[in-house]
Amino acid sequence: MSLGESSTPIGKVRGLGSAREGGEHWLTERVTSVALLLLGTWLIASLLLLPDLSQRTVLEWLHAPSGAVPMALLIIIGFKHALDGMKVVVDDYVHEPGNNFFLNTVLLFLAVGGGALALFALARIAFGALA
Amino acid sequence: MAVSILHRVTGAGLSIVGLAVLSWWLASIASGTEPYATFTTAATTPFGYIVLVGLTWAFFQHLLSGIRHLVMDTGAAFELGVNKTFAIFTVVGSVLLTAALWLYVFQVRS
Repeated sequence: MSLGESSTPIGKVRGLGSAREGGEHWLTERVTSVALLLLGTWLIASLLLLPDLSQRTVLEWLHAPSGAVPMALLIIIGFKHALDGMKVVVDDYVHEPGNNFFLNTVLLFLAVGGGALALFALARIAFGALA
Repeated sequence: MAVSILHRVTGAGLSIVGLAVLSWWLASIASGTEPYATFTTAATTPFGYIVLVGLTWAFFQHLLSGIRHLVMDTGAAFELGVNKTFAIFTVVGSVLLTAALWLYVFQVRS
């Protein structure tokens, strides 16, 4: 199955290896990292530039699409990147298959559950009344 | 070597503590002024400040060592001298950025 000279290094390893996966995980981790470089910097800069950090001020900030949309991206991509990164740590240090599967499943539940909670809180802010 | 371990430790810290604080903060904003006051009271205790300063340092360290890893993914910066300089730069950079941010918060904004 030669793709010739034109295939890239990652193209050659996709779908191969003993686990037949991993190339996508590796690449996703890097693409999400660049997104979080932007979104994390956006969060810190926004907090520094707000006139104050009262409940009213941050509520109005995250109620507007200009605040809610980047925050939604930060939550989704942040939890995804955290899950991908923690999986690498678990896979590097926990080799027994049963424990490895158990810890990776716990991580998956925590990431999906935590991300859902954070998104739901943001939805209440973005779509709720500004009273 | 040391910076690679720092990248993992700060990544784990941001994943567990950072996302927990972010989620709690969002939930408190959504729940109203009293739950939000509970959050800000906890966040402005000495322990709260230690956590927040720690998280900003972890963010800057993970960001800078992450950039280092992206550069090394391209096959660059593996020469011993360049590699070591880059590693030291991430540690110095993260401390300077953290100090600058909190100096601004305490000196300019408060």
